[in-house]
Amino acid sequence: MANRPMLEIVSLEKRFGPNTILKKIDLKVAEGELVFVIGPSGSGKSTMLRCCNRLEEPTSGDIIVDGRNIMAGTRRDLDRMRLQIGMVFQGFHLYPHMTVLKNVTLAQRKALKRTKAEADARAIDMLEQVGMAHKADAYPGELSGGQQQRVAIARSLALDPKVMLFDEPTSALDPELVGSVLKVMKDLKSKGMTMVVVSHEMGFARETADRVVFMDGGVVVEQGTPDEIFGAPKAERTRAFLSRVSG
Amino acid sequence: MDIFIDQFFNIEIMRKSLPLLLTGLWMTLQLCSAVILLGLIGGLFVALGNMSERRWLRFISIAYTDLFRALPPLVLLIFIYAGLPFAGINISPFAAVVIAFLLNNSSYYAEVYRAGLISVAKGQWEAAQSTGLSPTQTLIHVVLPQAMRNVLPDLLSNTVEVVKLTSLASVISLSELLYNAGMARSVTYNASPLVLAALFYLVLLWPLVRLVSHFQRRLAA
Amino acid sequence: MDRFLQTFFNPVVMAQYTPDIIAGVWVTLQIAAAVIVAGILGGLALACLRSYRIRALNFFIICYADIFRALPPLVVILILYFGFPSIGIQLSGPMVLFIVLAATLAAFAEEIFWAGFSSVEKGQWEAGIATGLGFTRTLAYVALPQAVRLAIPPLVNRVLAITKMTALGSAIGVSEILSSATTAQSFSGSATPLTMSVVAYLVIFLPMVVVARWLESRTAWKKR
Ligand SMILES: Nc1ncnc2c1ncn2[C@@H]1O[C@H](COP(=O)(O)OP(=O)(O)OP(=O)(O)O)[C@@H](O)[C@H]1O
Ligand SMILES: [Mg+2]
Repeated sequence: MANRPMLEIVSLEKRFGPNTILKKIDLKVAEGELVFVIGPSGSGKSTMLRCCNRLEEPTSGDIIVDGRNIMAGTRRDLDRMRLQIGMVFQGFHLYPHMTVLKNVTLAQRKALKRTKAEADARAIDMLEQVGMAHKADAYPGELSGGQQQRVAIARSLALDPKVMLFDEPTSALDPELVGSVLKVMKDLKSKGMTMVVVSHEMGFARETADRVVFMDGGVVVEQGTPDEIFGAPKAERTRAFLSRVSG
Repeated sequence: MDIFIDQFFNIEIMRKSLPLLLTGLWMTLQLCSAVILLGLIGGLFVALGNMSERRWLRFISIAYTDLFRALPPLVLLIFIYAGLPFAGINISPFAAVVIAFLLNNSSYYAEVYRAGLISVAKGQWEAAQSTGLSPTQTLIHVVLPQAMRNVLPDLLSNTVEVVKLTSLASVISLSELLYNAGMARSVTYNASPLVLAALFYLVLLWPLVRLVSHFQRRLAA
Repeated sequence: MDRFLQTFFNPVVMAQYTPDIIAGVWVTLQIAAAVIVAGILGGLALACLRSYRIRALNFFIICYADIFRALPPLVVILILYFGFPSIGIQLSGPMVLFIVLAATLAAFAEEIFWAGFSSVEKGQWEAGIATGLGFTRTLAYVALPQAVRLAIPPLVNRVLAITKMTALGSAIGVSEILSSATTAQSFSGSATPLTMSVVAYLVIFLPMVVVARWLESRTAWKKR
């Protein structure tokens, strides 16, 4: 991967009161690359992702998306740049009072100012891509967790993001529903999307990830190809973590 | 600005009217205790009627609550105080106020109780009765405590409303807090006694209002 | 029984004062409508402002809501009606009634809407913000509809309680239903006008009570 960097995290630091949660993190994600992030609970994985679109305000450091620093600029600029960063949450967070279609078109219309026709067409495209077009008129409450998560992915994709961030997208799902969401993510990767995925699905990482990053205590302890990390981890902490999760 | 302070926050006039307002406050507190106590008890019976298995009892208690929730309390008060003497029934202002607000408030308390009773799972009744408690014992020892806890904010905010409601007694010249403040105003041609009365109500009710908000937030979380 | 009917349901008195009572109904309805619109919109605006979490502003909003929830409206009505003329502000009776009731409803509505906003999940806000909607549009399109839905049953109850207080107008000479009735009562020397006012209030408010009950039973049902 000699591609240009799409997402750069530069000496990112985050403190909550006296606790430093992220300690000068540096991470470059190239265009089309899938970076898979693992680490024990509380290591700061979610916080790192949430800092990338400033849902959590970084204490210091820079976040550069496709060459533009989202830490600079006005509020307006920030909202525009957030459109380029798709985010998928563990809890889906679909809007319960809107149909699936409305969920996918809302930000297209209000933030991107697309016309209704454009937004609807784009929404149907994206829903087809995640296999949910047949539920366009359903309400989120009528869908299974896996279906909701695929709609949530479509909602982000419809805004043509340059990077997609996934925070444990399958952790809230029943085991039999996990596969459908992972399949959508795999498709996305093969279409060239730049992705950062926090997850415990090690099988998915082996198959799809270009790079695996192991975080602990607010620092990147070790990174490498899936084979390197899963096959021959160098750091003691990585070995301990992997032996714990693989049981 | 000076004239504003002189007309609304005139310390001298407030000081002079203080004794009168304090006797009024005493009457207000008496009214409140009577109406709250009777309302809490009356409301419970209406709520139990509402949940009864007998259809006619349910009908009566629903009609009762809806009727007295639809009527403005002041209308009820005037009707009782000024209307009943026409039928040869003379009652004191105090009794008129208590009766009118009891009718009004037992309906509101009843609705609160009902919401509370519904919120207690059916399993609780069954569990208690299977251990040999009578229905009344089950109600008193098992169901009511849980129900009251679940609707504490509503119970509290309803009680705040009762205290505010007693100010209407001034309309039929019962010398409670607001009536006495109004008297002091008309003697002094100055609104400061009314402002002082408002301050009394604030001191009395602001903590309760805060508490209501606090409970609501805790229940929502 | 006959005497009872003559006292409370005298047909002659009824016929004579029906126009007065109807005029009173009209005044009551107008003031009530104005109070409902102004109070709800005011409360909604305050709750929206509060969600921006600007500290100094929120302090004032909370104080306002607390004070108007704690004060008996009649006290405020008397202060405005009798006190303000002496500092050169003349307000008519209906105007005082409208201002005080609308301000009171706004205070309660603010708390109710705010409770609605608070129970909208944090993730909903984050989803809106992460998709570039920004705070204001997330508020408008995502949080507000959910908050309003939660607010409707308690709001209907509160609207009912406060519009009933239009009867307080009789204390400051607003010729709404109750004061028309008490005037008629003293002229006619009969209790019949009072009965008529009771009937008039029931006609106006009983439907609202029934709607409120229905709304509550619907939401109670959903919770289970
Ligand atoms: N808003 C906050 N205020 C204070 N501390 C916080 C906040 N958010 C996160 N933290 C702390 O930051 C640390 C990292 O949290 P984070 O959610 O990023 O971990 P994580 O790696 O995603 O863990 P998990 O695998 O459990 O999701 C934790 O110790 C957490 O308690
Ligand atoms: Mg996490």
